Amino acid sequence: MAELLERFGCTHVVVRGIPSSLATEALRMSPAEVDLQKARQEHAEYVEVMRSKLGLEVIELPSDEAMPDCVFVEDAAVVCGATALITRPGSESRRPETKAMKEALKKLGLTIVEMTDENATLDGGDVLFTGQEFFVGLSKRTNQKGAEILADAFKDYAVSTVAVEEGLHLKSFCSMGGPGLILIGSSDHAQKALKIMQQMSDHRYDKLTVPDDLAANCIYMNLPDKGHVLLHSTADMFPESVKVLEKLKDYTLIPVSNLEKMKVDGALTCCSVLINKKADI
Amino acid sequence: MVNTTLRVEGSDLSAVRAFKNTVRQQLETRFKLDSDDLPSSIPVVACMLDPCFKHLKFIPDSKRERAYSHLDTLLLRVSETLSVTNVGVETCETEQTGKDIGKKARLELDFAELFGTHFESGQNTARGSTATEEARQYFLLPQIPTLDNPLQCQNKYSEVERKAPSVGVAMTTEAGTETEVKEKAEESAALADQSEQATEETQEVVTAEGEKREKEGKGISRYLPTWLKKQKSQTQTSPTKDVPPSEEAVDKETEKVPEVNGHAEEVEEEQEQKKDAEKSEQVKEKEELPEVDAKEQSEPVKEEKVEKSEEKSAEEETKAVAEGDKTEEETKETTEAPVEEKDTQTSLFQSPLRLVRKNKMKLVVCHVTLLDGTDYTCEVEKRVKGQYLFFKVCEHLNLMEKDYFGLTYKDTHDHKCWLDPTKEIKRQIRSNNWKFSVNVKFYPPDPSLLTEDLTRYLLCLQLREDVASGKLPCSFVTHALLGSYSLQAELGDYETEQPKPLDYMSQLKFAPSQNKDMEEKILELHKSHRGLTPAQADAQFLENAKKLSMYGVDMHHAKDSEGVDITLGVCANGLLVYKDKLRINRFAWPKILKISYKRNNFYIKIRPGETEQFESTVGFKLQNHRSAKRLWKVCVENHSFFRLNAPEPPNKTRFLTLGSKFRYSGRTQAQTRVASTLIDRPAPNFERTSSKRISRSLDGAPMISITDTSAGENGREPHLELNSDSKVDLSPGDDEAATSQSPGASEAAPSQDHDKTQDEVLKHQASISELKRSFMEAPPPSPPQPNLWEKRLTSSPATTIRVQPQPVVTVSQTETSPVEIVISEPKEPVKTAEVEIEETVVVQEVSKTTKPVIVTVEKVPIEPVVKIEEAMTFAEEEKQCKQSVSSESESEEEAEYHPNAHATLSHTQIPEEKEEEEKVVVVEVVEEVKEEEEEDQVKNDTPVDLPATQEPPPAESRQELVETDQAGTQTKDNAEEKPPAVLEKDESVDEPMVTPDEAPNGLPLGDDAEQEEPKVNGQHMETALRPQVICCTEPPVVKTEMVTISDTFAAQKTEIATKEVPIVHTETKTITYEAAQLEGNGDAEPGVLMTAQTITSESLCTTTTTHITKTLKGGLSETRIEKRIVITGDCDIDHDEALAQAIKEAKEQHPDMRRIDSQRAEVAMASADNH
Repeated sequence: MAELLERFGCTHVVVRGIPSSLATEALRMSPAEVDLQKARQEHAEYVEVMRSKLGLEVIELPSDEAMPDCVFVEDAAVVCGATALITRPGSESRRPETKAMKEALKKLGLTIVEMTDENATLDGGDVLFTGQEFFVGLSKRTNQKGAEILADAFKDYAVSTVAVEEGLHLKSFCSMGGPGLILIGSSDHAQKALKIMQQMSDHRYDKLTVPDDLAANCIYMNLPDKGHVLLHSTADMFPESVKVLEKLKDYTLIPVSNLEKMKVDGALTCCSVLINKKADI
Repeated sequence: MVNTTLRVEGSDLSAVRAFKNTVRQQLETRFKLDSDDLPSSIPVVACMLDPCFKHLKFIPDSKRERAYSHLDTLLLRVSETLSVTNVGVETCETEQTGKDIGKKARLELDFAELFGTHFESGQNTARGSTATEEARQYFLLPQIPTLDNPLQCQNKYSEVERKAPSVGVAMTTEAGTETEVKEKAEESAALADQSEQATEETQEVVTAEGEKREKEGKGISRYLPTWLKKQKSQTQTSPTKDVPPSEEAVDKETEKVPEVNGHAEEVEEEQEQKKDAEKSEQVKEKEELPEVDAKEQSEPVKEEKVEKSEEKSAEEETKAVAEGDKTEEETKETTEAPVEEKDTQTSLFQSPLRLVRKNKMKLVVCHVTLLDGTDYTCEVEKRVKGQYLFFKVCEHLNLMEKDYFGLTYKDTHDHKCWLDPTKEIKRQIRSNNWKFSVNVKFYPPDPSLLTEDLTRYLLCLQLREDVASGKLPCSFVTHALLGSYSLQAELGDYETEQPKPLDYMSQLKFAPSQNKDMEEKILELHKSHRGLTPAQADAQFLENAKKLSMYGVDMHHAKDSEGVDITLGVCANGLLVYKDKLRINRFAWPKILKISYKRNNFYIKIRPGETEQFESTVGFKLQNHRSAKRLWKVCVENHSFFRLNAPEPPNKTRFLTLGSKFRYSGRTQAQTRVASTLIDRPAPNFERTSSKRISRSLDGAPMISITDTSAGENGREPHLELNSDSKVDLSPGDDEAATSQSPGASEAAPSQDHDKTQDEVLKHQASISELKRSFMEAPPPSPPQPNLWEKRLTSSPATTIRVQPQPVVTVSQTETSPVEIVISEPKEPVKTAEVEIEETVVVQEVSKTTKPVIVTVEKVPIEPVVKIEEAMTFAEEEKQCKQSVSSESESEEEAEYHPNAHATLSHTQIPEEKEEEEKVVVVEVVEEVKEEEEEDQVKNDTPVDLPATQEPPPAESRQELVETDQAGTQTKDNAEEKPPAVLEKDESVDEPMVTPDEAPNGLPLGDDAEQEEPKVNGQHMETALRPQVICCTEPPVVKTEMVTISDTFAAQKTEIATKEVPIVHTETKTITYEAAQLEGNGDAEPGVLMTAQTITSESLCTTTTTHITKTLKGGLSETRIEKRIVITGDCDIDHDEALAQAIKEAKEQHPDMRRIDSQRAEVAMASADNH
């Protein structure tokens, strides 16, 4: 257990600024107007929480106008332990985003694995690391080959695939809420995906179902002096879901507004890559 | 005639003369040439089966006629056996009595086996008649031109001898490898073609192949007519063929003449090795004599052996007829323990040294590659079973926790196969290459639970190899970490002055692709391990290795139904499906209802999910039939080892069962863990040697010390070990039981047969339940009703055990009786976020006890002694006989296994296609044993019990009826229900519903059972030793037995609504402590009162459904409380706590209730997984 908690430890976090192109050019599932200013403000709060509230070392990459989605760093890399897999995002326009990410992670001393296979695509948003194994959502953005490469990069762990029938990413409706605890949306496809995950796993997971799929995307960390920390969407956005989350005992719950980024399918986890340098051997 | 053919001639060498004399004696004894019995004698029948002698020209006409008619009878019976239902079998089997049974049964077995092979070619219909027809044709064909009398062969033989005196030497030479034999077969065939005259031919052969004479002489396989062989081989076996038989053929034949040979036990092996035998059967030989056997016998031991073999053969017959019946063996074992057997006594396995006593057996040198890469060479008898070698190796390694390990060999296709401990090595390896490797067979999920460092060390060695070879994939970091622990364990602390560390490192193999980076990392990490002892380093190594996702996963390449390449991984938890490196599916053991293979297809039948109504079957295509079988076996073994408390008993009979009878025969993890805790020896000394990878790459590098773990280290006293081991499997706290059993073990004195000893040991080691089961299955030592048992045994082939949740009266209840609890385990708490706990409480009371006959009140342990629990399930199928026969021919082609708790005890089942017709009656006999000593106590108590028990019987039988009725009303299919038990007993059965079918399964009940209580307990029935479910707090306790029949179908129905579900009768035989007065649970209304109530309560995370069923019959009240607690893990709950709470509540309501602890453990485990 202690070791499992350690896997949710976090010392460094990589984020990236929001380019002005986000408002108009960033990909989105459904058309929406994004208030760039608000989005930037939200993001700044998000980063600030990481930095001052949680005391993490924040590596902030500069935004790039040519990459409207670059703020969603999660898709560019999957970091587990001392290994970072630089992904090959499913949408072509986003592939350049990985370059800066790779450099940053290299600087942090991580072992870099690159996804060079032309046929492979993988978005970090489709990768759910439970601390014991990986689930990779096979979605519009991620394919089997990408999942295989991930499996190859993290050989210690089982990598199971889960079909993502709706939503952008696997983590669009779920995330880890703690060791052995999966936060899951209540939609049918979310529940179905959870069932598959539970069936595929040798480990047992508890689930916490929240009414809103998007509210199931939270950032969980286990920090030395703070214990369980959960960054979640604010009550304004998902009042019912937040009520459910508030049942979590002994958690430090930190509401973070994510309204604008949500419009371009940006969930909380999308905007950061967590690194635990201590777990590094 | 004998005298003339075997006349001693002055010219004979003295050895030859002696030989001839011996042979003559043997022949006379065997053929009973003067006896009236002749036509029916086995040798004559055998001769008829030989195309060379089939016309029996050597016996008088009248006798010949009788011989033919006898054969006809035999054929007829066999046909019946093969083609008709089990009723047929029963009839033909039960009509025989006494000694006759054995003989006939044996013949039948042989026949059936042969027919079986014959049918393998695919004739599914009219088997019997076809066989008979062919038999007739066979007799119509002219006899092969050869001598008319088998005895004349001796004549030729002596000629041969004269020409080639060296044959005498060759006599002891056994046929070599199979290939050799084949080779020779070809040669001789060629020769045969050239020569017309038998004599000439013989001589030719002799001159050409000097020492092969012996083999030819020995081959008896020619007894087998073509029509008894595989069809495909018929061309080969054309009458002109002359081929020396393989050794197996010889064995086979000798078995048919049990009086003569001393290899009676080979009957069993024979059955197991049917395939092999078939092969050899194909080999035909013209020059062949019964005296071959005599030759074997002419060894010094001969005389005694013959006598002994008579006994043995009788015993063996039983064995052959009813595999798995060990009681009889047990009895004999006690008197037959071989002295040489020391090391084997510790094991659960059956005797490894089966062959030791055949002192003329050829020794073979085995090369065993140990885990550290060194070779261990030892000599074993050629015919020893796998476990003999394995034990030898373990002894050499000084390894006690041996159950995790096994020996592997490479088959002819270079596939690694596990050496089956229960079978002869020779028949498994099928080559002259006696090379083996020690390997970890079951990777303990938590190596820290191993008792000895030595075991951990060996596991480490295996894992190092796995990691280095890439079989166990791991990341760079893990490679480095594991490598560093290896270095620490092997070399000790990092030495800064160590010369050229990196060079050295590069010669070590840590990973499939290692580089400087990794080596540097390893060294760096090595430095950080300073101070760790080798044992600690190993432990750390294992802690890291066990977390790897592929740890302990045995991979098999396959294709899915769409032809996509996938990999199936078998592990402790179930079956994993990988596509490339991704896990695409997973079937936990509890999810799997049945595992089977057919040809190169491998199937798993999946328990329906919550939303599904029907079970589904998933099929995979393996590369070939061998791979499918290998995968199937691995599944069976892994499931048994990791999921069962005790291994499933082997199928009762060899014949009439489907497919492979393979079952895991060793200890399960549960057993071995218990055993481990009882290891009481100082930590064995062993030196860590540089592992193989090092020694290979680094010739004589200074730091490498290759150590020889000498076998001498273990100067263990066999007896000590035995004792400790016999305790092992008993529940730890149960000294009484242990002691009561050890005498038996020590009785297994020298001078006894090895196997038996081993079996004996096995018994003692096994849990009590196992003991009881064997009692049930086999004739008791002093069987009160031997015939009954015999019947049971013989008919047992038809018995199928089926795994069924047994429903109690309430239909909605999924699992009820105590047995269920075990079964409910497959519900797989792990799979979903819900933990389903099912609990059954059976409270049984006798309201009517006239006076509290207070007898020695046995102390009812307040805490259920949680031991290895076991439930036996028998199912009998109508039509099974037929079905199984038909599939029997495919024994190697397909097999099934039912891997859930029920399956634990289930025997092979009918192939799916036929399931619809099948009517399975499952008789579950659950004997609730409070304490292991109960048996003894019961005996002691008997006198006292008797008065008390005389009353209950009527009530009980009434109850049975009532229950049956009750089940009937509640189940649709109750038409098929029959009270199983009653038939068994001799007691006049007043039960109208009893049907003959059940006789085989029958259980003693009612008065009979009670009156004979001591015997009943001792002899009878299998028992499920389980945590005590029935609780009686009232002091005046009278022991009675209760039989509960309930229908499983109803329960099953809720889950699986398919007509495939067989109707099941479940019988729970309970030895209960009954209260003199009612507990207030039931009202003592006379007659039948049934109440059923369901209480559902929901709390935050748990839903508790309680079904309470009350039955009152006669003076007997039975209250069943079945609780189903579903813990929903929506939040972080303490499952244990939730369960405990639920149980507490239940207890408050029903003070009598007792919880089954094992279950709790199960749940606890499940919830532990959770965190």
